[in-house]
Amino acid sequence: MNENVLAKLKVLAESAKYDVSCSSSGTVRRNQSGTLGNTVGGWGICHSFAEDGRCISLLKIMLTNYCIYDCAYCINRRSNDIPRATLSVSELVNLTIEFYRRNYIEGLFLSSGVVRNPDYTMERLVKVAKDLRLIHQFNGYIHLKSIPGASRELVNEAGLYADRLSVNIEIPKEENLKLLAPEKDHQSVYQPMRYIQQGVLTNKEDRKKFRHVPRFVPAGQSTQMIVGATAESDKDILYLSSSLYRHPTMKRVYYSGYISVNTYDKRLPTLKQPPLVRENRLYQADWLLRFYQFKVEEIVDDSYLDLDLEIDPKLSWALRHPELFPIDINRAEYEMILRIPGIGVKSARQIVASRRYSRLGFYELKKIGVVMKKAQYFITCNELPTRTVNELTPAGVRKMLAPKPKKKTDERQLIFHFSDDQ
Amino acid sequence: MTLFIYDHTFEGLLTCVFDAYFRKTFPSQLLTEGEPLPLFYDEIVRIATDEKKARRVWRGLGKKISKHALSSLIYCWLSELPQVDEMLFRYIRKAIDATRSIETNFADPDVLGLSKIYKKVDGERIHLMQFVRFQKAIDGTFFAAVEPQFNALPLAIDHFTDRFADQRWLIYDIKRQYGYYYDLKETEEVTFEDPHQAHLVTGMLNESLMDHDEKLFQTLWKTYFKSICIKERLNSKKHKQDMPVRYWKYLTEKQ
Ligand code: SF4
Repeated sequence: MNENVLAKLKVLAESAKYDVSCSSSGTVRRNQSGTLGNTVGGWGICHSFAEDGRCISLLKIMLTNYCIYDCAYCINRRSNDIPRATLSVSELVNLTIEFYRRNYIEGLFLSSGVVRNPDYTMERLVKVAKDLRLIHQFNGYIHLKSIPGASRELVNEAGLYADRLSVNIEIPKEENLKLLAPEKDHQSVYQPMRYIQQGVLTNKEDRKKFRHVPRFVPAGQSTQMIVGATAESDKDILYLSSSLYRHPTMKRVYYSGYISVNTYDKRLPTLKQPPLVRENRLYQADWLLRFYQFKVEEIVDDSYLDLDLEIDPKLSWALRHPELFPIDINRAEYEMILRIPGIGVKSARQIVASRRYSRLGFYELKKIGVVMKKAQYFITCNELPTRTVNELTPAGVRKMLAPKPKKKTDERQLIFHFSDDQ
Repeated sequence: MTLFIYDHTFEGLLTCVFDAYFRKTFPSQLLTEGEPLPLFYDEIVRIATDEKKARRVWRGLGKKISKHALSSLIYCWLSELPQVDEMLFRYIRKAIDATRSIETNFADPDVLGLSKIYKKVDGERIHLMQFVRFQKAIDGTFFAAVEPQFNALPLAIDHFTDRFADQRWLIYDIKRQYGYYYDLKETEEVTFEDPHQAHLVTGMLNESLMDHDEKLFQTLWKTYFKSICIKERLNSKKHKQDMPVRYWKYLTEKQ
């Protein structure tokens, strides 16, 4: 390790940073006694937060940012004149271990540009993971980004050492992908996804028969779509997500607001700033799919192609369905409580638990953490009836809850946790 | 109005509960020896901490509420918040008197209040797991200083013992002047005869005490931290919300 690595680290972190997935969740990998590392409780720890507010959980870095491809949306495309660097396998292993020992990180998230050919590159990625696990007995988290077009053998080997594998779709519609990344097609993305899926299924069977078969990508796979580089609607994006989530190994779909890194490329729109509000709405819709028992066609459809940027998708759904409200907090099923704007998963659970003792009113709901500003129009509780969405009309409620047009807010500075304020 | 005076330990608090039931008088206030007395009171009872009594209360309580609720009471105790002992006292009394567990009755102010305190302390435990930063010392020990708002270090220690099982380490709470040391076999609570040694005060190892690669790795981490940020997305409000400024003091990347 020396100063040389410092320069490379800088270049390769800069090149890797546009990949948004950071989560190190999904595995419990116990410490084998006396060795280094574990992954805890099935969720990852954020060890730091960059000044853009994103969680730093893994050392997110590229093996190399040289690339033989020329994808229009990528900063590392071969026609870009940027500093290039390559880390050796041992340098990467060393960095990971030493960062981990200092509690800087949960583990490694490794991707790479394509050098020579997909398999040559994939082999190196696999080697890093293998050395970490077998030579250094490292039990921390490893996420490898599978190289599009890599062979089944290598994907299978990667799965033995990685907690999670991902293959990025990047562009939801194939014709648009081909336009921007002529060397890629959906086949090169979906094929490795299928390898991973099959690997997990075979592994499940094997583990039933032989107890000591190691687990294959225990944290499953994830993918990413770029939002706003091409003309896809939110419906296109969310329908694709929802069909991906039908595969049991697909754990997360990430959405990445397009950042104009290659402004000179006329195939791409020039955006002054990345579409962060839209990206956030997509994440909220994604949460509705995964945790709020919504079906995708309830969130977007042919007459409602794009999500409302001013209000969140759950509120927007509720305003389109005033006939279902108000909901009686003290009686309704958990599933319906979940659908009330202003009530998150945690609050919904607490409501169902607490109402067995006594009837709940405004005061208790507020204490539990319900965002009454929103919820009040959609519920009845222990109090006298108030004016709900039915008396005030959806348009009236919308007017009260949508951000006031006068107040100038910097839309890049929205702070959203997708937790309790849905 | 009855006052109980006790030694302000958790066992002491449980003993208060035991004695209260025994005497059939319940205190309206709990005080620590030496604390100023209120102007008006009827009776002062001095409680002598008794481990046996404490254990009996704890065991009895275990039959009334779940394991999780039980351990969350310890979390609340470690918050060190003023009057948390009185809340705990009332909670324990209600739990003992109730026919079914009170732990999910959030309409009760003590249940709700303690559940909020629990969340805060648990948050601090998680902050420790996130923001502890080790520096490697010349003798190979990994040293980290912390200054948690609540006394949450004991709650996070199992995590560190499990994770860093092949390196010696010391995590030291500067505010409370004690820490935990892991010697490759087990983790022990430690205090130092001389808590005024520079690194126990500043939390930073002097360069002469650092392993010879330590500086480099700190620089590498800082470089990484800067490079990974996407300028187009700068959001210092969220940055500060998720990584509160009070932790920055010991964060390598914020030096
Ligand atoms: S293959 Fe990957 S690294 Fe190479 S240009 Fe395309 S997106 Fe960028």
